[in-house]
Amino acid sequence: MADQTLPISGSVDVTPPHAAAGTFLERLHGWVVTVDHKKLGILYVVYSLIFLLVGGAEALAIRIQLMIPGNHFLTAATYNQFFTMHGTTMVFLVGMPILFGFANYLVPLMIGARDMAFPRLNAFSFWLTALGGLLLYFSFIGGPGLYGMGAAPDVGWFAYAPLTAHVFSPGNGTDYWALALIVSGFGTLGTAINIVATIISMRCKGMSLLRMPLFAWLMLVVSALTLVTITPLTAAQFMLLIDRYLGGHFFDTQAGGSALVWIHFFWIFGHPEVYVLVLPAFAIANEIIPVFSRKAIFGYPAMVAASVGIAFVSLGVWAHHMFTVGMTSVSNAFFVLSTMLVGIPTGIKIFNWLATMWGGKIRFATPMLYCTAFVFQFLIAGLTGIILSVAPWDWQLHNSYFVIAHFHYVLVGAIVFNIFAAIYYWYPKVTGRMMSERLGKWNFWLFLIGFHVTFDTMHFLGFLGMPRSIYTYEPNRGWNGLNMVVSIGAFIQGVAALIFVYNLVWSYFHGEVAGNDPWDAWTLEWATPSPPPDYNFATDPEVKSRRPLWDLKHPDDPDWKYE
Amino acid sequence: MIRDWTHKTGCSRSLFILLLFLSAAGRAFADVAQNTPSIFAPSSTPSNEIFHLSLFVLGIVGGIFVVVGGLLAYAVIRFRARNQEDDTEPAQIYGSNQIELAWTVVPVLIVVVLFLTTARMIFAIQDAPKPQSALDVTVVGHQFWWEFRYPKLGIVTANELHVPLSSTSDPKPTFLHLLSADVDHSFWVPQLAGKTDLIPNHPNDMWIDPLHPGVYVGQCAQFCGIEHAKMLLRVYVDTPEQFAAWVKEQQQLGMQDPHVAAGRHVFETEACMNCHTISGTDGRGTFGPDLTHLMSRDTIAAGAAPNTPQNLRVWVKNPDDLKQGSLMPAMQLSDQQLDDLVAYLSTLH
Ligand code: HEC
Ligand SMILES: [Cu+2]
Ligand SMILES: [Cu+2]
Repeated sequence: MADQTLPISGSVDVTPPHAAAGTFLERLHGWVVTVDHKKLGILYVVYSLIFLLVGGAEALAIRIQLMIPGNHFLTAATYNQFFTMHGTTMVFLVGMPILFGFANYLVPLMIGARDMAFPRLNAFSFWLTALGGLLLYFSFIGGPGLYGMGAAPDVGWFAYAPLTAHVFSPGNGTDYWALALIVSGFGTLGTAINIVATIISMRCKGMSLLRMPLFAWLMLVVSALTLVTITPLTAAQFMLLIDRYLGGHFFDTQAGGSALVWIHFFWIFGHPEVYVLVLPAFAIANEIIPVFSRKAIFGYPAMVAASVGIAFVSLGVWAHHMFTVGMTSVSNAFFVLSTMLVGIPTGIKIFNWLATMWGGKIRFATPMLYCTAFVFQFLIAGLTGIILSVAPWDWQLHNSYFVIAHFHYVLVGAIVFNIFAAIYYWYPKVTGRMMSERLGKWNFWLFLIGFHVTFDTMHFLGFLGMPRSIYTYEPNRGWNGLNMVVSIGAFIQGVAALIFVYNLVWSYFHGEVAGNDPWDAWTLEWATPSPPPDYNFATDPEVKSRRPLWDLKHPDDPDWKYE
Repeated sequence: MIRDWTHKTGCSRSLFILLLFLSAAGRAFADVAQNTPSIFAPSSTPSNEIFHLSLFVLGIVGGIFVVVGGLLAYAVIRFRARNQEDDTEPAQIYGSNQIELAWTVVPVLIVVVLFLTTARMIFAIQDAPKPQSALDVTVVGHQFWWEFRYPKLGIVTANELHVPLSSTSDPKPTFLHLLSADVDHSFWVPQLAGKTDLIPNHPNDMWIDPLHPGVYVGQCAQFCGIEHAKMLLRVYVDTPEQFAAWVKEQQQLGMQDPHVAAGRHVFETEACMNCHTISGTDGRGTFGPDLTHLMSRDTIAAGAAPNTPQNLRVWVKNPDDLKQGSLMPAMQLSDQQLDDLVAYLSTLH
C-alpha cells in the first residue's frame, strides 16, 4: 500500500530525475542559482541545522563554565559573547529559518501549487538570511574588538539600551549584531510576504481556506505575524545605529534619551516572536498527531480560530517582560490579564490534540514520540508561563533561571522537539529514504532525558535566586549541585544531537527506500513521488475535503460527506 | 506501512519524568544553605505576600498539570495501537461544538480567579502607602557596584545596605529610591522583595520591611556589562541598637591616623581621589565607592572578595585579579606604596 502512486488527479508518476546529473560544480551551481521552493527549503533547513550545532556548542561552553562555581573555563568577556551569540543564533539563525524552510518546502506541496508565488523573491530572501548569519559570525574575527578577541556582540540577545551605546560598548560587536539582524530581517520579511501570497493565491482547485491543511493555516498566521513583528525590531535597530553613528539620542540616556523605549520596541517584537517560532511547531503537531493517531484532527475550525486568536492576543502582551521596569500598577494589571488570556486559546489547542489522540490507534514511530513529548512539555511550558504572568511572582522570577527554564521549555521542549518530529516525518518525502528508526529511538530517548535533566532542574535554580546572564557564582549559594546536574543534562542532549546528525547522513545513503507515502498519510505532498519532481504536479490537482488522500483511500467513507 | 514502531509504553516515560522532577526537587531543598537567596524563605512583607500568592498559583497550575497530564498519559497508554497487523482505521470524529465550548469555559473561569488575585496583590504591594516612620535610601546602580545614600542621615556607603529591623507592632520599613548612573541594573534580594530595575532617566521605588535580623544576599538581576555577575548585594538587617550604632559610626569623618600618613599621601596624590571620596581628605570622587568607612564593610568590590588587608592589596594592585572587567584601573603602584595604602585603608573604620 505504501508504495502505490495514488491516482489523484494531477499527481505525476514519474521517477524523479535522479539527483540532477552533472559534475560537482554544475550541481553546486544549481543549488546557488535555484529558485525552486523545494531546494530553497532544503537550503534553509541545512543552514539552520548547521547553526543549531554552532549554537549548541556555545551552550555547551556556557554549561562547562557554570558546572562549578568560580570556574575559569571562559573569561567574563567571552562568556558574555557566548550567551549573546547563543541566544541570537538560536532565535534568528535557527528558529526562524528552519521553520521558514519547512514552510517553503511543504506549503506549495500541501496546497497543490507548483511553486511559491514569487520564486525569485524566495531565493533572494534566503540568500539575505544567509548573509545575515555569516555577517553575525564574521564578528568573531572581523573588526577591532574591545576585549582582545574579535568583536562578537556581548550585550545579550535583548541588547538593552543604554548598554549598547557607544560609551558602554565601544567595539564593533553591537554594530555587527544590529546589521546582521537587519539584513536577515529583510530576508525574513521577503519570505513572509511570499508565504502569505502563496497561500492566498496559489491554492489548487477545491482547496478553500477551510480545506487547507492546518499546517498551511498556521504558516499563514505566522507569516502575517512576522510582518507585524520584525518591522519594529528593524526600526529599533536602525535607531540604534543612528545613535551610534549619526549622533542620535533615541536611547542615549545621557542626553535625555529613553532606555524604556528600547525595551518596549524589543518586546513588541520579542513577544510575538515567541509565537512566530511556536506556531510552526503547532503546525507540525497538527499534521503528525492525526496521522499517527489515525484520526482526523479534532475541532479543525476551533484550531484555526485559536491560532488566529493567539496571534492577535500575542500582539498585546509584550509588557509582561517588563513587570520590573516600574510601570504603574494599572499597566501591570492590564498586561497580567492580556497574558493570561493567551492561555485560553492555547489550552484549546492542547485539548484538541488530546481529543485527536483519544479513541485513536496511536503508532509511536519516532515522529509521534517527539510530538507526544511536545504536548507534554508544552503543557508545562504553558503552566510556567501562567506562573510568570502573575506579576508579583514575576518580580521574583524575572531574569532568574526560572525564566530560562520556561523559555527553553518552549524553544527546546516544544519547538526543537517538533523540528525533530518534522524531520523524521518528512525526510522520506525529501530524500526518498526513511531515517533509521533504531537511531531515531536512541535520539529521542537520550534527548528527552537530557532535556528534562537540564531544564527541569533550572526551574529550581530560579527559585533559589540564581539570576541569568552571570558567568560565575558564589560557592556558598546552594546552587552548586543543581548547576552540575544542569550541565550533565546538556551533554546528554549534545550526544543525542550527534546521533541525530549521524542518522541524517547515514539514512541518506543507507536508509530504507520510502516510496511516496510511507506513513499512510492524507495531505497532498504524499501524493507526489519522493522526492517530488520539479514543479511538483504535472497538472493542477483537485481536492474535495481536508484530507484528499483519505478520500482516495476510503472511497466508501470520504471526508467530503461530513465536512 | 509503518515499520517497527515502538512498544514502549508512555507510562514508563511519564513515571520516569516524574521521578526526575522529584529528585530535582529533593536536591534543591537539601542544598538550601544559609546563604541561599531562596524566594521560598521570605523575611519581609512583600516577599512574604508573594510567597503566599505563589503557593496559591502553584496549587492551581499543579491541579491543571495533574488533570491534563493525566489525560495525556491515559490516552498514550489506552489508545496505543496494539496490533500491528490490524489495518482498520478507528472511528473518525471531526469535533464537537459542545465539548469545544466546555473546555473554553473552564479556562476562562480559572483566568478570572487568577487575575483577580494577582491584581489585588499588585496594588497591595506596589501602591502601599509610605508610613511616617519609613527610612529613605537612594540606591544608585553603577557598573558594577551599588551606591547607597541616606539623604536624611547624611550617609553615603556602598554595596552593603544597612536597614533597621521592622515588626508588625513597630513598623520601620525602608523605602528605596532607585536610580542608575550608567546602564540598567536591577535590585534583587529575593528574601526581602521582588526585584525592581534601576533605569537611567527613569527613577523607580520599592520597599522592604525586614522581619528578622541578619544578612540577606542578592545581586544585580539585569545584565549590565562584563562584570554583571559580580555585582553582588548584601543587606544587613540591624536591631534598633545595632542600627543606631552603625549610623553613628557612618556619620563620623574619615579616620586621621598620623601613623599611616604615608598611605594617605599616596591616596591623595595618585588618581584614587579622582574616583573615590574619603571625607576629611581631598578625595571627592564619585566614580567609585565612598571609602570613608571602608573598614565597616565585610566585602570589597560589590562582594567580589572578603574585606581583608591581603585582598585590599590584591585589589589595589590589579583590580582585574578579583574582578576581570571592573572599571577601576590598575595604577602600577610600587610595593612600598601598596603597603602604605593598605595600612591607611585599614584604618578607615
Ligand atoms: C578610574 C576611577 C578609579 C580610580 C582612579 C581608583 N578607583 Fe578604586 N574603585 C573604582 C571603582 C569603579 C570601584 C568599584 C569597582 C567594582 O566594585 O566593580 C572601585 C573600588 C575600590 C575599592 C573597593 C571599595 C568597596 O567598598 O568595595 C577600593 C578599596 C578602592 N577602589 C581603592 C582605590 C585606591 C586605593 C585607588 C588609588 C590607588 C583607587 N581605588 C583608584 C574606581 C577607581
Ligand atoms: Cu512574552
Ligand atoms: Cu548591574
